[in-house]
Amino acid sequence: MQVNKDHKSFVMSRLGRFCGAFALATTLLVNGGQANAQDSSAAQGGGGPAVAAAAPAAGGGGDIAKGKELFTNNCQQCHNTNEVALVGPGLKGVRQRTPGAEWLHKWIRNSSTVIASGDQYAVKIYNQFNKTQMSSFPNLTDKDIDGILDYIDSENAGPKAAATGGDNKTTPGAQTNGDSTPSASSGPSELFTLVLVALLVVMLLVLGVLFVIVNILSKAVSPQAVGIDQTVTTTPLVQRLRQGLTNTVNNSTVRSVAIWLFLFVATKMSIDGLYSIGIQQGYAPKQPIAYSHKLHAGQYKIDCNYCHTGVNKGKSATIPAANICMNCHGVIKKESPEIQKIYAAIENNQPIEWIRVHNLPDLAYFNHAQHVNVGNVQCQSCHGEIQKMEVVEQRSSLTMGWCIDCHRKTEVNSKDNAYYDKLVALHRKESKEPLKVANIGGLECSKCHY
Amino acid sequence: MEQVTKRYWKGVEELRNDATYVKHAQSEFVEPSANDLQSIFDGSNAPRRDFLKTIGFGMAAVSLAACETPVHKAIPYLNKPEGTFPSISDYYASTYTDGGEYASILVETREGRPIKIEGNPLSSVTKGGTTARVQAAVLSLYDIDKLKGAKRGGNDITWETADKEITNQLAAIAAKGGAIRLVTSTIISPSTKAVIADFAAKYPTVRHIMYDANSVSGIMQANQLSFGRPVVPSYDFSKAKTIVSIGADFLGTWIAPLNYMKDYAKTRKIGAVGGGNKQMSRHYQFETILSMTGSNADYRGTYKPSQEGLVVASLYNKVAAKLGAAPISAPAVTIQYLDKAAADLIASRGRSLVVAGSNDPNVQVVVNALNNLLGSYTSTINLAVAVNTRQGNDQQMNAFVNELKAGQVQGVMFFAANPVYDHPRGAEIAQALAKVPLSIYFGDRADETGSLTKYITPTPHFLECWNDAEPVTGHYSLTQPAITHIFKTRQMQTSLLTWAGLPNDYQEYVKRQWKANQFPKATGFASFDAFWIKALHDGVFEPTAMPAPVAASFAGDVATAGNAIAQRYKPTTGMEVALYEKVGIGTGSQANNPWLQEFPDPVSKACWDNYAAVSQKTAADLGVEQSEMVSIDVAGKTVELPVLIQPGQADQTVAVAIGYGRTKSGRCSDGVGQNVYPLASLAGGFVSMSAVNATVAKRSGRHEIAQTQTHETVMGRKAVLQEGILARYQKNPREGRYEPEVETSKGPVHATDITLWHGYGKPNHSWGMVIDLNSCIGCGACVVGCISENNTPTVGREEVLARREMHWMRIDRYYSSDAEPEKMGAIAGYKALEVASANPEVTFQPMLCQHCSNAPCETVCPVLATTHSTEGLNQMTYNRCIGTRYCANNCPYKVRRFNWFKYHDEDKFDYQFNNDLGKMVINPDVTVRSRGVIEKCSFCVQRIQEGKLTAKKERRRPLPDEIQSACAQACPTDAIIFGDMNNPESTISKVLSTELNERAFHVLEEINVRPQIAYLTKIRNKDEGPKQESTQETVS
Repeated sequence: MQVNKDHKSFVMSRLGRFCGAFALATTLLVNGGQANAQDSSAAQGGGGPAVAAAAPAAGGGGDIAKGKELFTNNCQQCHNTNEVALVGPGLKGVRQRTPGAEWLHKWIRNSSTVIASGDQYAVKIYNQFNKTQMSSFPNLTDKDIDGILDYIDSENAGPKAAATGGDNKTTPGAQTNGDSTPSASSGPSELFTLVLVALLVVMLLVLGVLFVIVNILSKAVSPQAVGIDQTVTTTPLVQRLRQGLTNTVNNSTVRSVAIWLFLFVATKMSIDGLYSIGIQQGYAPKQPIAYSHKLHAGQYKIDCNYCHTGVNKGKSATIPAANICMNCHGVIKKESPEIQKIYAAIENNQPIEWIRVHNLPDLAYFNHAQHVNVGNVQCQSCHGEIQKMEVVEQRSSLTMGWCIDCHRKTEVNSKDNAYYDKLVALHRKESKEPLKVANIGGLECSKCHY
Repeated sequence: MEQVTKRYWKGVEELRNDATYVKHAQSEFVEPSANDLQSIFDGSNAPRRDFLKTIGFGMAAVSLAACETPVHKAIPYLNKPEGTFPSISDYYASTYTDGGEYASILVETREGRPIKIEGNPLSSVTKGGTTARVQAAVLSLYDIDKLKGAKRGGNDITWETADKEITNQLAAIAAKGGAIRLVTSTIISPSTKAVIADFAAKYPTVRHIMYDANSVSGIMQANQLSFGRPVVPSYDFSKAKTIVSIGADFLGTWIAPLNYMKDYAKTRKIGAVGGGNKQMSRHYQFETILSMTGSNADYRGTYKPSQEGLVVASLYNKVAAKLGAAPISAPAVTIQYLDKAAADLIASRGRSLVVAGSNDPNVQVVVNALNNLLGSYTSTINLAVAVNTRQGNDQQMNAFVNELKAGQVQGVMFFAANPVYDHPRGAEIAQALAKVPLSIYFGDRADETGSLTKYITPTPHFLECWNDAEPVTGHYSLTQPAITHIFKTRQMQTSLLTWAGLPNDYQEYVKRQWKANQFPKATGFASFDAFWIKALHDGVFEPTAMPAPVAASFAGDVATAGNAIAQRYKPTTGMEVALYEKVGIGTGSQANNPWLQEFPDPVSKACWDNYAAVSQKTAADLGVEQSEMVSIDVAGKTVELPVLIQPGQADQTVAVAIGYGRTKSGRCSDGVGQNVYPLASLAGGFVSMSAVNATVAKRSGRHEIAQTQTHETVMGRKAVLQEGILARYQKNPREGRYEPEVETSKGPVHATDITLWHGYGKPNHSWGMVIDLNSCIGCGACVVGCISENNTPTVGREEVLARREMHWMRIDRYYSSDAEPEKMGAIAGYKALEVASANPEVTFQPMLCQHCSNAPCETVCPVLATTHSTEGLNQMTYNRCIGTRYCANNCPYKVRRFNWFKYHDEDKFDYQFNNDLGKMVINPDVTVRSRGVIEKCSFCVQRIQEGKLTAKKERRRPLPDEIQSACAQACPTDAIIFGDMNNPESTISKVLSTELNERAFHVLEEINVRPQIAYLTKIRNKDEGPKQESTQETVS
């Protein structure tokens, strides 16, 4: 008996939990519907930057332009073009303060040999920056290095000549890109709310006024009706409204319309809700280390490639290993409790367990290299404005519809890629439209499912 | 008032303060035990309402749980090795060794775990080929039945304890002068041999004994007698014009098949795949069983095991008579085609090769004499380049067993050897082992031998090891680990070095050995380190080309050998037993590998069993039918096995495969089949894999044999299989082609000229395949290669019996039939066509999704789960499939497979795929299919996509043959050619440009499905017989 009762209570308690979960699920479904509504706008928003960002990558001809590219890819992580020191010294006036061009070439290609040779200036710099070894760049030619130096000079000469008393503290990257500040970007939305509230107040006022007018008018009209019908004249407005409402509710047409409307809306919402199962748009879990993309990618403009080393090579963009963090944080902000977690991980030989934000189902194959390296798609196209995210969240829905949509709209990055030459030529014969991904089999099942 | 100190308790358990009581005292409700819950779920011991409620709740809970977002972790490297990227495969050159088998391989690893093995094309020994066993070896790495640490008498001990105890005992035995024996299978590693020598230097009473389960000890003995060199020579089949094999399954199991396959196939390639060549070697096979090699022969004869020596002697006498050498005195036997073989051997003198599978040195001496007469030692046989993969010495092993039984052995160690199971005297060894004071087993599991030894010091899989190898004289190969040790195992070499008190880093040891021995032979390296890195990268080091064969002076005594043969081989009237090795299971060392268990035998197409194979006539004589049980009794040892009717087998013989009947090998192999090693015997100290005077009797009961193909003949369907003979091919390259025509109002037109379909454009790539039926030898490396690449599940015997095997690629084997329906009338004739000839011709036809351009499967799918791509692929989208199986019904080639179960997650299918360790072998680029969906060959679309991406990243087109499917890459004879038919530079385009008008045909061409796979006709090198009737037929 005892056992049986326990079973029942066990089942009952589970049932209670089930009911709670059901309620929760209902709320989720409703929320899911809302999330789904954002879908299309996000996708459209994502389409913009991809096209815009495709343009600058095509550049590269003159020394300074090449130098800028090399600087962005190789130097920017540790050096500023102005006098502010980052990991290494700020590079303003580097040509003037160092022993000469010859020395700079040697130093940049392999600083450790220069230090080892006992060069006085080299040893001084080395000690001044806590004996941090500068990475070697043996592949850079003398011309490349001169280009970088020219770029640094131009950066420091340019703004001064152009602007009087310009803000020297903004980073050069921000100047060239003309980024808007966060406060400015949140401005319009606040204004919009204000206007909305004002409108609402005005409408309420108008409503009040109308109500008053109706009251006055009915009072004015009522004495004339006294002789005809006593009951009507005595009926106050509220009561008549109630009467009208009851009539409306009792009207079968109105009733069925309401029921059908309700059913329609409910069905639509449930279907939308069901479609959103497994869609984690907006998912922004708390990570074991409060790493900020806003700081690293946004403020310091560290190239995404620098940490996500696999993005041009393979399927996975890869989360950086702790040793990549240590390239900079071996020196910078060592005392921060968040950075200390990396130290702890290394000491305990315990890898950091990040929480995956973007989860594609196993049945779909996605390859970063195809999109980033070959397709030249910007990270932001799928990941949203990652450089503004304090905590990474999933901006895109990652549904098949979203993928297909982009494959339909996106042009194939066929420039300078011999793989596509034949396909482009064939396509030109048939159509004047640009070659889209969908035109070369981008919608076929086994491109992603195998 | 009275003081009340009375205690109350609810039960005795509270009074006693039981541990369980204390544990549950705090909780109000008793947690239902797993047992209680179970009874609710299966409804066995619960009220119906509870059952329904629980199930109802369960359904709701499951559907709710499905809505919840699971949290996935992403764990990066702590310190990422340079050059390694997650999701990008790394390849390491290494060496496969299993007993006497060798292959130079490339190991594909993903995130540090090996997932696939490929052949290493840099090796001139195995030439980039693989076999089914090599392909399957990667799964043996993740065998959960392996030992996880050192053991003493069945109990776990630490390595420190093991080392201490063993070292003490070894020292004590050595001090007393007690004999210590190290028994191994063939060791081809020079460094391992050096370690053993070092060990023997420390303990001088150590002797090393090598034996092979399937021995060729007799060949070495014969070469000792004939040339004074106890070696197995290398055979060059590529130079042979006439090949005569007497019982040697050289393409399947004899000595080193991988070394021979490509060379043999080279002599069989004609037309575009053979570089315009129109000549073929002629292959005669005389044997008892129908072996895979025999299936490929142009002419084939059968003999009983009691005639084996006489067949060789007769052939010798026939050749000697023509060439003026003295005959030997052995009675002549009449075997079909023996005269013809002798004539061809003489005609192609200097380009002939005779091989024999016998382990009788006298027979092999006569074979040597025959080859000597034919001038083979300066062309096709090279005595200077010894094949080291079989060094087992039967006589030494026999002497060891005698020693062991006599109690003269104080210490014994076994490495990569399981003699209790695979030696004819295994039972005697098992008995004697108990008396040996110190017995140590170096193996990966407590198997038949290991479970009887005092200590087991487990060794890792070869993919976790450092080692080297010298498969043939002067060719070296390195083994490097592709993964760290999974369990607490240690290499045998390290253990021996430890116990000898030497520095025990075996990696350094190998390096030192190579610095001393191999480095001096290398040229053009600045330092040893540079040389070492290059050798590791290449996997092989071949300092010189193989020396050309030089004439050897034959000093054998043929007459004596002939007399001995006459003595031993006497005609019998009773049943005889032939034991043979299967291509998949081999000697049984990898028996616990489910891929190999489910790999269908190339000829019988049976898996998951061994069986008593008999000819149709013998079965009728014995009064048995397929699957009925028979007992086989040899010298008091009896096994009971089901019967399999095997066309092509000698009458009055029964053939049984070794390698089965394991008892302590693991979940996949224990109790599968019967162990027949005890039926083998020792004749003059040499293991004989046959027995005369056996008694075979019918027993009650049946045991169904799981065969993946039950229809034996092709029933005269020329649309499926097209073959011809060489003489006619030379005159007309379209020999054997069948060209279906369809009647129209405008007269007959070619069947593919009229169509309902518009077809698909293939502007970019057009992936296709050509399969040369002439060079396909049926070995099945492609089958296992496909399983490994595409995560194909193993389904087990029961499911194969239900015809639910999942292999995407199968090799159809067709026997020829003697029936002539034209003469016998249609009904009787076609019925007779189903019966295979007594000695049939055999054709192998690899069958996989044909990627039809007018695919019948695509049009019937109600949900568009199977569709066509612009690259010629027939795509299968698992997540869209709802499992109607219409496509499988509508497929003319029967290549679609349905997932009846969730094989990777079901306890019933306990074949490594359902445990976490076994799942490590999964290829991460291929979806693991769930229950209820159809799957089929995808043309390795994951490889196509990867290859295209590599090209795109480098801003170029893919190179002509850059992208290869797994089957094409695995094929040791290059019979499968895969490539882009839109690229005129690719091999497939070049082949098809000529062969489309000559040998290339599509299977079932008349239904006009336009496959992307073309087959090249099978051409046999036979004499022109009676003229065949016209192959033109009209379909209306």
